[in-house]
Amino acid sequence: MVGRFLLIVLTLGLCTFVVRPEMFEAVFQPFTQNDAPAIYTQTSLLRLTLSHLALVACAVLASTIIAVALGILVTREFGREFLPLARTIASVGQTIPPVAVLALSVPMMGFGAAPTLLALFLYGLLPIFENTVTGLTNLPPNVIEAARGVGLIRRQRLWSVELPLAFPMILAGIRLSTVISLATATIGSTIAAPTLGEVIIAGLLTSNSAYVLQGGLVVGLIAIIIYEVFSSLEHSAARRLGFQMDA
Amino acid sequence: MIQIENLTKRYGSTEVVRGVSLRVRQGEIAALVGTSGSGKTTLLRMINRLVEPTEGRVLIDGEDASGIQPHLLRRRIGYAIQGHGLFPHRTVGQNIATVPHLLNWSNREIDARVDELLHLFQLDPAQFRDRMPHELSGGQQQRVGVARALAARPEVLLMDEPFGALDPVIRAKAQADLLELQKKLGTTLVIVTHDMEEAIALGDHIAVMDKGRLLQYGTPKDLLTQPADDFVESLIGSAERPFRLLSLTTVADLAEQGEATGATIARTTNLRDALAECLWRGVDVLPLDGGGVVTLNALRTSGRGLAETQGEVN
Repeated sequence: MVGRFLLIVLTLGLCTFVVRPEMFEAVFQPFTQNDAPAIYTQTSLLRLTLSHLALVACAVLASTIIAVALGILVTREFGREFLPLARTIASVGQTIPPVAVLALSVPMMGFGAAPTLLALFLYGLLPIFENTVTGLTNLPPNVIEAARGVGLIRRQRLWSVELPLAFPMILAGIRLSTVISLATATIGSTIAAPTLGEVIIAGLLTSNSAYVLQGGLVVGLIAIIIYEVFSSLEHSAARRLGFQMDA
Repeated sequence: MIQIENLTKRYGSTEVVRGVSLRVRQGEIAALVGTSGSGKTTLLRMINRLVEPTEGRVLIDGEDASGIQPHLLRRRIGYAIQGHGLFPHRTVGQNIATVPHLLNWSNREIDARVDELLHLFQLDPAQFRDRMPHELSGGQQQRVGVARALAARPEVLLMDEPFGALDPVIRAKAQADLLELQKKLGTTLVIVTHDMEEAIALGDHIAVMDKGRLLQYGTPKDLLTQPADDFVESLIGSAERPFRLLSLTTVADLAEQGEATGATIARTTNLRDALAECLWRGVDVLPLDGGGVVTLNALRTSGRGLAETQGEVN
C-alpha cells in the first residue's frame, strides 16, 4: 500500500519534471559552476524522454517476439537439439558490449536510432529467452500429464496450458530486458540517437554536473517505475495461478 | 469392456511391461496393484496411449485402440491422476468443461453438465464453479479432478493413484464416494494403486504386478485365499488376511433368526467391523437393524480362509 503510494508520487514527480523542468531550476543550481545554465534546454526533455521510451519499447518488443518464439521452438520435441545452439547465440548477444555493436554497425547503418535499436535488441534477447525456456521446462508435471490425458493436441497444450503457466516467468524476463535497455539506450546518443543520453553527454562535455544529474535521474526514475509495474503484474499473474511468491 | 492382449513395453533392452493379458468387463472395477517400478502405471498409460505399446494390443469395446488417433481416443476415456493435475489457471467450471469443450458441445450443454457434476460431487455449483483450483481443499481438488475425467460421460475411466495425495480420513470417504458413483454411472474403471487395502476395498478384480509381469488376476477373495505365489502373499500380509477377507462381506449375508440385546448395527456393516464390535462389547451375538442377528461363530467361520479353500479342494 505504502509502495503503491510512493510509486504514484514518483510518477507524478517525474511527469512534472519532464514537462516543466524549469520549475526545478533552483534544485539543480548548486551543481553548476561559472553561471552555467542549470536546466538542459537545447532539446525538450519531454521529447527526449518520449523518443527514449519509444526506442526501448521497439527494441524490447522485437526481442520479446524473437526470444519467445525461439524459446518455444527449442522446448518442442523437434527443436530440442537446437537448445545449446540457441543458448550460445543468445549469450553471445549478451557478452558483446553495446558500445561495440554501435561502433560496428554505424558504418553499415549510419548514425541515428537504427544502430541503437539493433544493440538494444541483441542485448535484450538473452534474459527473455532464458526465462521462456525455464518457464516452459519447469511446468508442473502432473498438469502436463493431465493436459495430454484429456486429449489436448500439441498446439492446444502450448497455447492453453504451457504458455499461460509460463507467463509470469516470461514477464520477469521482459522486465529485466526493459530495465537493462532503459539504461543502455543512453549510450545511443553518442551516435546521435535521440535519447536521454543526450543530456548526460552534454553535461559531460561541458563539465556541467546538473545536466548529468538530470539525465541520470530521469532514466533512473523511469527504470524504477517500470520495474515496479512489471513486478506487480507478475505477482498478480502468479497469484492467479496459485503459485506461492517469495518477496 | 477393456481387453488387454499380450501387452509389452520395452525401453531399449528393459522390459517395463511383459506380455500382460487381462479383461475388464463392462461396469467392473479392476485394481492394478504392485510396488513402484512394477509396471502398473505404464500398463494403465498404454490403455489411452499416453505410452505406445511395443507389442500386443488394447481393445476397447472390441475396437482396437491403435486404430484411433491418440487425442480422439483420450477424449473418449476419462483420466484422473494423483495430485489431481487440474489446470491452475482455469476455474473449477472451466477445468470440468475441458473435454466437452474439445468435443464441441454447445455452451448450454456444457454449463448444465458442469453443474450436474458439481452436484454429484457434493460441491455447490454457485459457490465452486468460478473458484480457482488453489482455493479448494485437497479433497475438493481431487473430486474436481474426477469430475473433469467424467465430464464427457466416458465409458471407461482410468485412475492413477487418485487418492495418493489425500490424508487417510478423507481417503476412506473418497473411496466410498467413488464406489457409489461408479455403481450409479456403470463406468468401467481401471485404478492403479500401491495400497492393497485400497485395491481390496475398490476392486471387483485385482491384478497384482511385479517386475512388469502380471502375477495374478482375480477377485479379492481369490487373492486372499489362493495367492498365486509368495510375492502376492507378502503383498497381502498374512497377519491382515482374515480381516481383509471379512471386510469383503456385509452382515446382511450372515443374518440369522434370533434375538439379542444391545444397540443394533446397520445391515451394510462389513464383517470386520462387526467382529470388532463383538470383541469390544464382549458379546457372541449382535442384533441387526430391521431384525435378525449375526453370531460370533458365523463371523469366525467367514474369516477362516485356509480351511475353506482346503474344504473346496477335498
